[in-house]
Parts: sequence; structure tokens; C-alpha cells
Amino acid sequence: MNLMTARTGGLALLAVVITVAPVGFSNSYFYDVAVNAMFNAILCVGLNLLIGYAGQISLGHAGFFALGAYGSGILTERYGVPAIGALVLSAAVVGVLAFVVARPILKLKGHYLAMATLGIGIIIHIVLKTESGITGGPDGMSLGNFKMLGLTIKGDQMWYWVVGFLLVLAVWLSLNLIDSPVGRALRAVHGSEVGAEVVGVDTSSYKVLVFVVSAVFASVVGSLFAHKNGFITPDIASFFHSVELVTMVVLGGMASIYGALIGAVILTLLPQVLAAVEQYEAMILGAIMMGTMIFMPKGLLPSLLASLKRRGGGQ
Amino acid sequence: MRNLMKWGVAAVVVAGCSTYAGLANAADPIKIGSILSVTGPASFLGEPEKKTLEMYVERINKEGGVLGRKIELVVYDDGGAGEKASTFTKRLIESDKVDLLIGGSTTATTMAAVPLAERNEVPFISLAGAVVIVEPVKKWVFKTPHTDKMAAEKVFSDMKKRGITKIGMISEDAGFGKSGHDQSLAVVKSYGIEVVADEIYSPKDPDVTAQLTKIKNAVGVQAVFNFGFGQGPAIVTKNFKQLGIALPLYQSHGVASKDFIKLAGDAAEGVRLPAAGQVVPEQLAASDPQKPVVTAFKKDYEAAFKSDVSTFAGHAYDGLQIALAAINRAKSTDKAKVRDEIEKTSGYVGTGGLVSMSPTDHMGLSPSAFHMLEIRKGDWVLID
Amino acid sequence: MFAAFLQYLFSGLTSGAIYALAGLGFAIIYNASHVINFAQGEFIMIGGMATATMVAAGVPIYLAIPLAMVASMLVGVAMEKFAVEPARNADVVTIIIITIGASIFLRGAAQIIWDKEFHSLPAFSGETPIAVLGATLMPQSLWVFGISAIVIALLWYFFNRTMFGKAMLGTSHNRLAAQLVGVAVKKVLLASFALSALLGAVGGIVVTPITFTNYEAGIMLGLKGFSAAVLGGLGNGTGAIVGGLIVGIAEAMASGYLSSAYKDAIAFIIILFVLFFMPSGLFGKRGTDRV
Repeated sequence: MNLMTARTGGLALLAVVITVAPVGFSNSYFYDVAVNAMFNAILCVGLNLLIGYAGQISLGHAGFFALGAYGSGILTERYGVPAIGALVLSAAVVGVLAFVVARPILKLKGHYLAMATLGIGIIIHIVLKTESGITGGPDGMSLGNFKMLGLTIKGDQMWYWVVGFLLVLAVWLSLNLIDSPVGRALRAVHGSEVGAEVVGVDTSSYKVLVFVVSAVFASVVGSLFAHKNGFITPDIASFFHSVELVTMVVLGGMASIYGALIGAVILTLLPQVLAAVEQYEAMILGAIMMGTMIFMPKGLLPSLLASLKRRGGGQ
Repeated sequence: MRNLMKWGVAAVVVAGCSTYAGLANAADPIKIGSILSVTGPASFLGEPEKKTLEMYVERINKEGGVLGRKIELVVYDDGGAGEKASTFTKRLIESDKVDLLIGGSTTATTMAAVPLAERNEVPFISLAGAVVIVEPVKKWVFKTPHTDKMAAEKVFSDMKKRGITKIGMISEDAGFGKSGHDQSLAVVKSYGIEVVADEIYSPKDPDVTAQLTKIKNAVGVQAVFNFGFGQGPAIVTKNFKQLGIALPLYQSHGVASKDFIKLAGDAAEGVRLPAAGQVVPEQLAASDPQKPVVTAFKKDYEAAFKSDVSTFAGHAYDGLQIALAAINRAKSTDKAKVRDEIEKTSGYVGTGGLVSMSPTDHMGLSPSAFHMLEIRKGDWVLID
Repeated sequence: MFAAFLQYLFSGLTSGAIYALAGLGFAIIYNASHVINFAQGEFIMIGGMATATMVAAGVPIYLAIPLAMVASMLVGVAMEKFAVEPARNADVVTIIIITIGASIFLRGAAQIIWDKEFHSLPAFSGETPIAVLGATLMPQSLWVFGISAIVIALLWYFFNRTMFGKAMLGTSHNRLAAQLVGVAVKKVLLASFALSALLGAVGGIVVTPITFTNYEAGIMLGLKGFSAAVLGGLGNGTGAIVGGLIVGIAEAMASGYLSSAYKDAIAFIIILFVLFFMPSGLFGKRGTDRV
């Protein structure tokens, strides 16, 4: 185990789980849920950079996700742009937008930041609902398969492998980012912003960078999600979706890449499991959110690892 | 690290074991799958639809089922979200192996499920309003409710009869109102009516007098048409009276239930709206073929749930009846045969009206399915 | 033209007073604990739903109102005791998730205890509109204004003139110092939840004749209340009131003069704009970071 550093070991494990999991998938519904879980996982890994590492709240990330989705939808369906071009273009636009709003917004702290990001998310939601001429309004919008280099990604199985690969890639990128000087600076920002500034860290630049990165993550996932699902509605930009994403990160474990990933998988599977007790779904979901945060304020994975360590006598 | 590995393996094993629950064999009951918006902003659609389906499935099973087989109903709540509807539809088709789909309370959830029904060749009867569901015709997709366009046309033709040529519209920005609004604008011109003010509100706004004042001050406005459901139209109606606007107020079929009158109170006096005959069974002419059907349905529903029946409960009833009749005629649950039989539905008398489908018409309702009602003394009066 | 303007203003004041009442609940809890309680909207919903369903079931209104207030307070106390207190020292975002979890839980419970239908209460003093210079106002809106004013006066008295109120304020300024001078900090936190749940119930009861209520009514009120509290400056009661009125009036004026489809967006743009220049809201304390 010595050679397996936490980093490569975790990545290898993730790759193995992704490769082996389909053994248990008897039909495409399982692939579908798994793909959605991995989409959320990628998004949360990106969002965790912002929330967990830089310590900045965003209650509007679903807005960036939806912009990516609708960007792809509108560009491919209405303007005939190739899917990959639409994805890149949407991500670029979202990146620029995030960059423009980042500086004034990230000056805000705590709940004020939560409010500002929430506001941006809601404004995006309203625009998507209202401009039905281009977005299809609340009735939604259909879009075609993702085609690239003569290859069409279609069917849940094919998507599974593509998204699985992207998830490993996203985790790898994030791990590298965290271990870089940028990552260390970010953690300093989270620890004490003023302290970091005093020792010469340009905190606001780093915060802007990570905000843009997480927004671009969201946009790319949004584009892919839109093609995979073939149908999108403005609700993907809703306040609830943003809250759901933050919950995934916090539930799984802030400042833990794998924690965010586990949080995303659990919260994607939960509604499928709770479908059986439909009437009590909301109560159970609320209770799980409260319970986890009360008993494991650091999130599932960090708390579990800590207790394993204690029990194993420092394994 | 080793512990993590164990966890991973355990997760895979658990996932593997749970997959064998869904395998079907020939002796199984007839499985009907349903995605409905039982919670969330469209719960006023999904909730009565679910109750109706459950009530009648239970009753039919007590009476021996269909083709000697029991019916099993699987309902998933999509909360009004298209994305969830898509996953649950996949689950119904792939894991629950249903023979037929009923549902999609909203246009968005229906449209999310349509590609899946088409690709997997499962008959699908939608309970949502918009025209796009059946135009262009999709081989496996049908619907029971009137379209929002038909509701708008009924309202505009009534306006035309009263010589109204300029109206103000006020619509909510959520699914039902927004899509009704867009479809109204598409047909209004053909009635020689001009929309001189077009205002929007959010379903939970506490007060809409600002929007109504703007409409009131629009030049030449002769009537106001509100497209929405839930508490919004009741607030619009109350604010309308508060401002003393002396114009006819029209509502959509979205409020065709007694709850609306209860909420809006006196302000509802004189409001007109299009509605299916089922809302006023006792007022239908004795010769109306719908009369016995809707009278029985209303009685069943209100006895079982102690709440007033809405148009939307009727959509689910019609969907279930059309589906079961088709299975009966097909003498099997073979999906292609059932589909063909649904398409051959002819002369079915439902809560929504007379239904006769064809390869080019997967809804089969004639425009006469709508009646025009006016609220007088806190009750419905059939005026057309 | 002036009549129209006045009507927009009345419309904005009616909505704004409702948002302000919701915002005030956020301010009280924030003051005592620096917690943003996203379940504040649910307190309002519980007040409205409990009263409306009891009245519909034949309970006299003068009995239903205090019962609903007590019910809401008990929920507030339970929430503080079992959900917030155990997580006292957690991150801001952890507590946000806890209170959002609580709001989802309470909505789920409400739909089972009651139902999913809309409920209403009769207006307190009839439904004859009051005409003012060509615009109209419902008597119930005056009730909302009046109750808000009384609540503000009572809160002012409580926080400035009573020992316990002063203790609560002290706790918000410096928890440790308050503890050292003998303030029972735990009691203060509990009281802040009880107080804002009570306030929420009062708000719910007085606005139900205008907006109706159902199990989801708290979502919008919570969101607008949070906006009002942040815009005004967290922890500042006056700020929450002013913030609520600004949001309400901005929406109404936007509907009247710009676009009703974008009125909510315009209100949020105004909030964003204010925050860009005043990062602690209109009346918030200018924050200094402790290192």
C-alpha cells in the first residue's frame, strides 16, 4: 500500500468502481441513474473547490449548469452549431460571465454571498422561463444526440463510459489543482482570508479563479446532461437545484473531493429509493439532511474516515 | 485504504442483488406505470390524478380485473420536474416492465417521457394539455385532456359573441399559465380580438393590483382573461374586484373546481370559464350522453375523498378507461396490439367529452367538449 | 397617472409588509445566534395553516389564533433544541443545510398532517376596498401594516427595556462576554427561536386572508424574507423592514412601469446592486475580520 499514495490510490479505486459497477446493472435504467449520479459528481467536485477549499458559498450554481444546458440546446437546435462547438462556446460564455460577476460578488461574505449567488441563479431561471421564443419556456426544449468526429454518443451504456471517463478526469484535474500552489493559497483563503492577504496571497484573484473554474465545470456538465437527457426544462436552474448541489457537497464532505463525489451519488440515488415511500419522501429527506449535518458536521466521508482511524488505532 | 475497498465491493454486491427484482413472467398482473406530479407546483394536477387511478384500479381488481388478470399500478412522483420524469419513465419501462404508461401531469414531464415511450415502443397516454404532445402525431403517444388551445378558443369565441374585440391578458409565469398564454396569443387573432395588455405574475405573488391597474388603464380594453391555477387566479379575481374593474373577467379551465370559488369568495361572482361537463353533471341536458358517466364519476370521487372533483381527476379516469378498453379488445397486453386498439378508440364517452381517435388524431376530442360556465351566487351556471 | 402610481405603491406596500414580517423573523434569530434560519417561511406557513384548518373545523377564531401561535412556537423551540443547538459550532454552510433540511421536513410533515389544498381565512374587517385618491387598498392590508408596526414597537421595547431582551442583544454582540457576565446563552438562543416562530405565526395568520396558504406557502415567504433581511443588513430589525418594503415596492413599480415578467428579476438586480456598494446591506454593521 505504500506505493499507493492517497491520490493515485483513490483515482485507481474510482476507476475500478466505475468499471466493475455495471456488473450489477440489469438494464438501462440503472445506467441512467448511474450516469446522472456521475454528472452530479463532476459538478460537485467542481463546486467543492469553491465551497470546500475556498470557503465561498454559492446558492446559484444550478444557474450556470442551466446556461450550459440551454446554451447547447439553443446553439445546436436553432443555429445548427456542432455539439462540441456548442459545448465549448457555452462554457466560454459562462466562464466570461462568471469572471465578470466574480469580483464584485466575491467581495461579499457568508450570507451576503449566499444571497448574491442565489439572486444570480434566480435571474437566470426567470430569463429561461420567460423567453419561451428561444428556450421553449416552462414546457421545455428537446435536443439531439451528441455527435463528435463522426461518432454519436447515444444510449445509456455509451454515456456511462463517456461520463465515467470524464469523472475520473475531473477528479484528477481537481486533485492536481488542490496540490498546486493555487490550492494551497485557496486553503489559506478558507482558513483566514486576512491572514492569507497579510502574507502576500492575492486572495481575490484566487477566489475569482476557482469561481470561474467551478462555473465552467457546471456549464460543461449542463451541456452533456442536456444531450444525454434529450430534453431540458428551466427548472434545472431553480433555487432547489442549487440547494441540492450544495447539499451534495456538504453532506459528502467539504474539502474532500471524494466526499463530494459520494454526496452526489447518495443524493442522486436517494429519490429513487424513497420513491417507494412517496408520501414521506420530503420528511425523510429533510431528516437525513439534518441528521447528517448534526452528527457529522464535517460531512459523511471525513467523519467516517476519522472514526475508522480512531477505531483502527491509526491505520 | 483497504476499508474503502471493502466498502466499494459491498456497494457493488448490494447493487447487483437488488437488480433481479424486476424480471417479469407471463402470469404477472397487467402492469400500468404512471409518472405524476403528486408534489410540487403541479400537485393540484397530480394529486387528484393519482387518487383517481388508485381508486379505480382497486375497484376493477375487486371486480375481477381485466382479461382475468389483476391490474398492478406503479406510480412515481416526479415533483413536476422533467428530468425526474425521464428517469422514472425509464425505471417504469426497464425495471418495472410496465405494459402501458399513463401520466405526465404536465406538458414538460410528458415531453420528457415521449422519446422513451417512442424508442421502447410502449403505449403512452398523457394527461397533459399542450398541443405539441399529439401534433405532429407520435406513433405511441396519446392524450386525454383538452388542449389549452381549445380552452382559449372557447373563451375567445364567447368573447366574440359578446362583441369584445380588445382584451387584457394576465397569466402566471409557471408551466400551465405560460403555455396557455403562448397558445392564446397564437389563436387570438383569428377571432378578431386584439390583446392590448399582456401582464405576468408569479404563482405565489401576494398582490397583483399593479398588473391589473396597468390592464385597466390600457386603451380600449373590454375584457380580461387570466390563465393560471392554484391561488393565483383567486388573488387575481379578488384584486380585480378590489380595483372595481367593471369588465368581464374570464378564467381558464385550470380553476374549474369549487376550491376556486371558496378562495375567491364574492369576488368570483360573474367570472366565466371554460370547463368540461363533469364539473356540472346535474346541469347537463338529459339527452347529453356524458351525463350518466360524469354523474357517476363525480359521485364516486367525492364519496371516496371528501373533496370536490376537478377536471384533472377526470383526465386520469379517461386515460385508464381508454387503456383498459383497448387491452380488453386486444385480448392481450401485447404492446403493438394495445397501441392499435387505443388508436381505434371510437365513441368512448368520457369525463372530457366524446373520444374518437384515428391515426391522425391521437386525442380524439371534439371542440364541443368544453362548456362555458359562469359563477353566480357561489355556484356554477351552465351558459353554453 | 398619479392614481396608477399610488396603486402600484399600495400594491408594493402590501407585498412589502408581508416580506418585511418574514424578514424580521430572520433578523431576530440572526441577532441571537448568527444563524440564518431558512425554515422561517415554514413558521409562517404553520401559523396560517393551523389557524385556517382549525377555523374550518369549527374552532372559534379567538381560540384558533393563540393555539396556532403556541403550535408554531413549539416547532421553533423543538427545532432549536434538536437541530440547531447540537450543531452550534459548525460552518455557516452546514447550518444552512440544517435549516433547509428542517424546512423540507416541516413541509413534508404539513402535507401529511393537513393536505395539499389551499386554505383561507375571512378578512378581519370585511372586504370593502378603501378608496384613496383614485387608488384602492384592502382593509386587510391595513391590518398587516398595523400588526407590523405593533410588532416592531414591542420588539424595540423588548430588546431595549427588558433585562432578557438586553441579554439577547448582548449575546449577539459578544457571546463569550455575555456568558461571563452571567447570561444563559442557551436560553437566549432558545428564546430567539421561540420569538421568531411566534412572529412567523402572527405573520402567517394576518396575511392568509390576502395570499391564502398551503403547505408550500413558506417557500416564497422564506426566500423573500431572506432577501429583505440581507438587503436591510443582517441582524438589524429596521433593516429587515425597510428591505422588505423596498423589495415589495420594487416589484410593484417594475410591474407597473417596466415589465411584469421580469419584476422578480428586477428586484434581485436591485439587491445585487446594493450589495455591490454596501456589502453588509443598507443598515448592516460594517464588518471587520478577526484574524
